[in-house]
Amino acid sequence: MIPPAFEYARPESVEEAVRLLGEAGDEAKVLAGGQSLLALLRLRLAFPELVVDVGRIPGLRGVREEGGTLVIGALTTHHEVIHDPLVRRHAGLLAQATATVADPAVRHRGTLGGSLAHADPAGDLPAIVLALDGELVAVGPGGRRTVPAREFFVGYLQSALAPEELLVEVRLPKADGWGFHYEKFHRVAQSWAIVGVAALVRRENGHIAEARVGLTNMGATPLRAAAAEAALAGADGPQAVARAARSAAEGAQPGRDASASPDYRAHLAEVLTERAVLTAAGMG
Amino acid sequence: MTDQAVAGETGTGREVGRSRLRKEDARLITGQTTWTDNIQVAGMLHLAVLRSPMAHARITRVDVAPALERPGVLAAFSGADLAEGLGSLPCAWPVTEDIVLPDHPPIAVEEVRYAGDPVAVVVARDRYAAADALEAIEVDYDPLPPVLDLEDALAEGAPLVHSDKGTNRCYTWPLATGESFAAVRERAEVTIKRRYHQQRLIPSAMEPRAVVVTPLAASGEYTMYSATQIPHILRIMLATVTGIPEHKLRVIAPDVGGGFGSKLQVYGEEVLALAVARRLGRPVKWTESRSEGHLATHHGRGMIQDIEVAATREGRLLGLKVDLLADMGAYLMLVTPGIPILGAFMYPAIYKMDSYEFTCTGVFTTRTPTDAYRGAGRPEATFAIERIMDELAAELGLDPVELRRRNWIRHEEFPYTTIAGLTYDSGDYEAATAKALALFGYDGLRAEQRERAERGDPVRLGIGVSTFTEMCGLAPSRVLRDLRYGAGGWEAASIRMLPTGKVEVVTGTSPHGQGHETCWSQIAADVLGVPFEDVEVLHGDTRSSPQGMDTYGSRSLAVGGEAVHRAATTVVDKARKVAAHLLEASEQDLEFREGVFSVKGSPEARRSIQEIAFEAFTNHDLPDGVEPSINAEHVVDPENFSFPHGTHLCAVEVDTETGRTWIRSYVCVDDVGHVVNPMIVEGQVHGGLAQGIAQALYEEAVYDDEGNLVSGSMADYLVPSAADLPEFVTDRTETPASSNALGVKGVGEAGTIASTPAVVNAVVDALRPLGVTDVRMPCTPERVWRAVREATA
Repeated sequence: MIPPAFEYARPESVEEAVRLLGEAGDEAKVLAGGQSLLALLRLRLAFPELVVDVGRIPGLRGVREEGGTLVIGALTTHHEVIHDPLVRRHAGLLAQATATVADPAVRHRGTLGGSLAHADPAGDLPAIVLALDGELVAVGPGGRRTVPAREFFVGYLQSALAPEELLVEVRLPKADGWGFHYEKFHRVAQSWAIVGVAALVRRENGHIAEARVGLTNMGATPLRAAAAEAALAGADGPQAVARAARSAAEGAQPGRDASASPDYRAHLAEVLTERAVLTAAGMG
Repeated sequence: MTDQAVAGETGTGREVGRSRLRKEDARLITGQTTWTDNIQVAGMLHLAVLRSPMAHARITRVDVAPALERPGVLAAFSGADLAEGLGSLPCAWPVTEDIVLPDHPPIAVEEVRYAGDPVAVVVARDRYAAADALEAIEVDYDPLPPVLDLEDALAEGAPLVHSDKGTNRCYTWPLATGESFAAVRERAEVTIKRRYHQQRLIPSAMEPRAVVVTPLAASGEYTMYSATQIPHILRIMLATVTGIPEHKLRVIAPDVGGGFGSKLQVYGEEVLALAVARRLGRPVKWTESRSEGHLATHHGRGMIQDIEVAATREGRLLGLKVDLLADMGAYLMLVTPGIPILGAFMYPAIYKMDSYEFTCTGVFTTRTPTDAYRGAGRPEATFAIERIMDELAAELGLDPVELRRRNWIRHEEFPYTTIAGLTYDSGDYEAATAKALALFGYDGLRAEQRERAERGDPVRLGIGVSTFTEMCGLAPSRVLRDLRYGAGGWEAASIRMLPTGKVEVVTGTSPHGQGHETCWSQIAADVLGVPFEDVEVLHGDTRSSPQGMDTYGSRSLAVGGEAVHRAATTVVDKARKVAAHLLEASEQDLEFREGVFSVKGSPEARRSIQEIAFEAFTNHDLPDGVEPSINAEHVVDPENFSFPHGTHLCAVEVDTETGRTWIRSYVCVDDVGHVVNPMIVEGQVHGGLAQGIAQALYEEAVYDDEGNLVSGSMADYLVPSAADLPEFVTDRTETPASSNALGVKGVGEAGTIASTPAVVNAVVDALRPLGVTDVRMPCTPERVWRAVREATA
């Protein structure tokens, strides 16, 4: 389809971007890699008056360490995330999940920050950052603020970002020593996950000491499977994991679409949680 | 027929059978070709179409005036504004005498009958302005009840799609041959009855539809560029619908990026673009968006199939009864009613039996019209018979391959007239099946399947068989007459020998990805004995190729390629007369080899056919009765269909915990007769398999209860890519067709026809030990999971 007309601006700095966003109020949309926004524009599901293309702002791309924290610039592309040695070493779950996003062309254009700011519960990366206990750093007219991932995804396609704020970086505590696995269940390679389950597992003395489980597309926002996480603590083998996984969908309100009904999604969440945790724990 | 004879007595035999790289591809893959949407004409305007958001409603008001206020807009028209002078879109296949043929205006005037029905158009300076202005048009609708369910639509008192017709029943077409089915059912030891659903599919050609019309006001001439499969048929039909004289219309199909039947159509947008260009005297372009195409490009399949088979305990088929309800959609398009009828003859497939009864009832619904989609009627038939053969095998405790073996026509029985009345000229089902079983490792996979079932592996292995045949190479004109089709099934070719010895082959086929330029060059080069590179193939322009029946139904090679072969043979015959004169010999004393005429016994007296072309052009003293031209043309009306066949074997793994199915291996051995270009045949088989597998596992046009198309974009309508498909193992047997001199059969649809039942049979086979006997297509993970859950509950 043909997108509606919009004004286009390409700021050279974060400050300029924030100023443009502030002036436009609710009428602006941020363009990073275009992975999601272009589709919305072309389907006439978004009608921004102004598109602020932040793609050339320097300093928002790349990965660095700050002590026990991995800092990833919001404009770092999926391709860069997948191949970054620091990400692979300290946040392997993110690299693994990012490799399942869309197709190579999209992964060369799409960005981590864009995927998170879009806040699509069917996107793979929100649940990953949630499971990794990440934080998101936004810059607005009043300066920088840091939002925990748990507070960032507030509704369907809604993040905690104010209209005049720009997401600039993603901070992930290093998950050294944690086993991980992302189980993505989708019908064709390029389609969204019907359900995805991200598991992080820390083992002690042969049993699971601590587990974190992030759920993709199990509701209006990405979720943590809190009940399953609690039940997994202390699990000492596949049977205990299977039992704990049965509570994976507890509290979730998955939606219905052409690919799946809510009860099928809930069932998948349980099966995939069991599999993801077993693989992450090296018990599979 | 031997290979040598295929190349022709005079042919070199060097080209046919060779995997020539496609001469089309350099311009296609480097983007140097001109697709219709790339065409830019000075002063060109852009057309956009406003479509009904409702499945069924009366139009009470259309106000296009607000659109005219928008920047860049030159004109806007409602259906009423354009109705005058426009006839109904054509249906060329009224399958019965009493068929209900509703009026089909190119743009709705009083009533909309599917979500996507055009209601108004805007003409603007660019595509963006046109799309924006659509939003300003005001339309009031008075909603009418949608008609969606095929059985409900036929019930007494059902709401009507076309209220003036008094019924939603379009036609009922019966066929009964052999003994009565009631009689064979009486003596049968086993009968099985099943209902299968052919979901609606959305043909997804890579290139969306597009049309450009350039008028020449002074002479009243119009040139239409269209991404169509049928420039010749389109020209005739446009003349009929618009009243523009045929000789003032030129239709060009430039390079076209796929069709799969969806561009075998005369579309409202083509007529509207022509009407608007005529009214404004300006060039006009319309290009559909992908989601617009989902609504407004015709759909395929859409059928409920009730099938019953009667057999003996030993597994000998006695008879077959088939009752179809076929979803026509809202209107009858070019060949809508005939699509299920193309399948009518294929339900008995490769099997011998004593009774066959068939009826098809076409039903109107408030959905996008259906029409041809790769295979057109034959995939549906093949699916139903191959599925029920597996069910019968299970009932009888027979291996599904063995059941087929007990019933198929043996190779020594050809030619064989089937219970449906077709005469299959050739085939060797035993050979294709033996080869496929060996490549597949059938026995080993069966052993693994048993072993996994015994140990309760949650991931089950299933094996699906499809021993298909089909009728293609459309079509013998006499058969088309009996089926009440509105035209013959011939194809034309001419060969122009240019004075410098180069060759132009003019074909009436209209390739849109098939590689006719390469294959026709191979055929002509062989017969004429000229280099492949010296041949150019002209097509898809009614001015350079005035006569043709176009490309669909796997007809191009068996009919159009045959026409090229015969025209080339005539060129050689004509050249022989000129050669005899030049070499001062009698025609009988001339030999023609490798493109050169020589006098028997004096090999130094020789002329190449390319030299003769020049001599014919320049010669001053040809004898009386010898034309100064060796050009030739030929129109072929095939004496029979061609009947490709093959054995397809599919192994799937089904995760019973999630319902996910993936194809572990796929083996097919196809018999498409002699092969002109093995690489192109391989490509056709691969693409066909992908589309057949897509129906089995992925694709479905889903409507909600109000009749809105839910799968309106490619995010919801899942077309598998290479990443979702297995590596195919393909092979061939080669039993030549006897109905054409080349010995060829069609290959364009074979993979699609064969593969769908192979995959679904495999899915059901995997789950049969759990009690599952069917999974509705597409076999989505959720459907598979539910089938398992219900069976094991």
